[in-house]
Amino acid sequence: MATVVIGVIGADVHAVGNKIIEHVLNEHGFNVVNVGVLSSQEDFINAAIETDAKAILVSSLYGHGEMDCKFMKENCVEAGLNHVKLYVGGNIVVGKQDFTAVEERFKKMGFDRVYPPGVNIEDAIEDLKTDLNLS
Amino acid sequence: MSVHLLVDFGSTYTKLTAVDIEAETIIGTARAMTTVKTDVLEGFNVALSKLENAHPDMGDITAISACSSAAGGLKMAAIGLVEELTAEAAKRACLGAGALVNHVYSHHLSKKEIKALKNAQIDIILLAGGTDGGNTECILHNAKKLSEADLGIPIIVAGNKDAADEIEDILSGSGTEYYIVDNVMPKLKKLSVKAAKDVIRQIFITKIIEAKGIKKAEEKTGEIIMPTPESVLMAAELLAKGYEDEEGYGELMVIDVGGATTDVHTIGEGYPKRAEVILKGLQEPFAKRTVEGDLGMRYSANALVSLVSPYEFKQYYKDADEDKIQASVKKRSDHVEYLPDSEEEEAFDEALARICCDFSMSRHVGTVEVVYTPLGNMYYQTGKDLTEIKYVIGTGGVLINHKDAKKILEEVNKKSNKKLELRPQAPTFLIDEMYILAAMGILSQKHPKLALKLMKRHLK
Repeated sequence: MATVVIGVIGADVHAVGNKIIEHVLNEHGFNVVNVGVLSSQEDFINAAIETDAKAILVSSLYGHGEMDCKFMKENCVEAGLNHVKLYVGGNIVVGKQDFTAVEERFKKMGFDRVYPPGVNIEDAIEDLKTDLNLS
Repeated sequence: MSVHLLVDFGSTYTKLTAVDIEAETIIGTARAMTTVKTDVLEGFNVALSKLENAHPDMGDITAISACSSAAGGLKMAAIGLVEELTAEAAKRACLGAGALVNHVYSHHLSKKEIKALKNAQIDIILLAGGTDGGNTECILHNAKKLSEADLGIPIIVAGNKDAADEIEDILSGSGTEYYIVDNVMPKLKKLSVKAAKDVIRQIFITKIIEAKGIKKAEEKTGEIIMPTPESVLMAAELLAKGYEDEEGYGELMVIDVGGATTDVHTIGEGYPKRAEVILKGLQEPFAKRTVEGDLGMRYSANALVSLVSPYEFKQYYKDADEDKIQASVKKRSDHVEYLPDSEEEEAFDEALARICCDFSMSRHVGTVEVVYTPLGNMYYQTGKDLTEIKYVIGTGGVLINHKDAKKILEEVNKKSNKKLELRPQAPTFLIDEMYILAAMGILSQKHPKLALKLMKRHLK
């Protein structure tokens, strides 16, 4: 059973989506470690180290995600988590922006998958299974 | 008459408390210097004859139980993976078992750290790392390193259960004494220290006190059942929770200012008291103990004074002249049995006690910090919220013998320059006037209800 770390980054308290993601990942057979809302990069990274997680799924709904996610990949590498897949999704930037550009920016920051608002979570889980060689 | 004698072999004093089990009273207490360097029974016998002389009609002693913190107490090293998670969980398990933990290591042990462990005169190592099903690589690496280092001391393994079999293979052939128990952090941020604590106590009883030359006392005293700080923690827990129909006091804190360390114990969940406060970090133990090795009235007087600048010292002691401070400190660390012989020296002891209480409180209680979110201010709480603690109990020689001990504790609580600390706000202060807390912890193993009654009667 693959372990994944999920949570809501930064000063963001949107708890509902976080619970839904946990529920659906559980249903798909993942061992979910939920660091919850108001979580720092460090919270995600420490959790991933101790639990030997294969992926970190970062949520952000309040628009400041881009700032909160800065250097997250670098910090993962620093903590020895080079192999851990890094996903991000939600309203991850300020205002309405062209998603292709947004995706490109986050990929440059080291995220493996970037999801726009309103994405179907089942699609993301299919990607996760592919990336972790589970299907 | 059936007399139960309770013995605390302390670092400085051997303290005796005689309890009349049927009449449910404390007959008396007595103390003498601990004589661990020659024969620990010498000090015990001196104290016993003092007790018998003071209470000639005491009757026959029908049972004796003892705890000990003599010869440096119980020294442990805690090793984990992430500093704030399994390393911290391991440290808390050690502290809860009454140990002093001066060595805490995280991630892969380096040669330098192994060398430090070799030189550190540690009694037991607690090795953790990884949640159950989580990281195994680090704890396996550390187990190998420890096995190769051949430190000659017991290792308790309380990490990821997935690594347990392999660790057993590593350690079983090495001649190292080892114990594999439940993970101290089985799930992220979940603390589970009972199994580790139990085995620490077992090793303490069977091995450590023998190595320290205290085992001899058992000829007379029966089994030494636990380290002294653990018995204080047990007494505190009993007093908080109550027993059967004898009600307890509810959430409380004990500050124990000793010669070498200052211990703070709190019994209570310490959860956030308001909805907009979010709890961060590793789960806190319900019965939490912290111990400060740099805060003590005698052995650690030097370290204590180096924590505060002369300017800060003035807040605790009005006419602080640097030379005078140094002289007074030297007097105390050179002669650990020193008792103040002038008003000035009394005031100096009081200042040291204030610093011990203030700093140890500061390190024990939780803190809050503000986070500005689009939904308004939210707060992170790290550690325990102790603002609503009902009782703060002072113990340890300096507080017990001080005429205004409650005032010292009150003023510590009032300190307002550390606003974000979650210190008790309006507790009732009690002093362990007869110095019986540790004794009541031991007594509670056989007579919990009586121990509780006696504490309620004698903590004033």
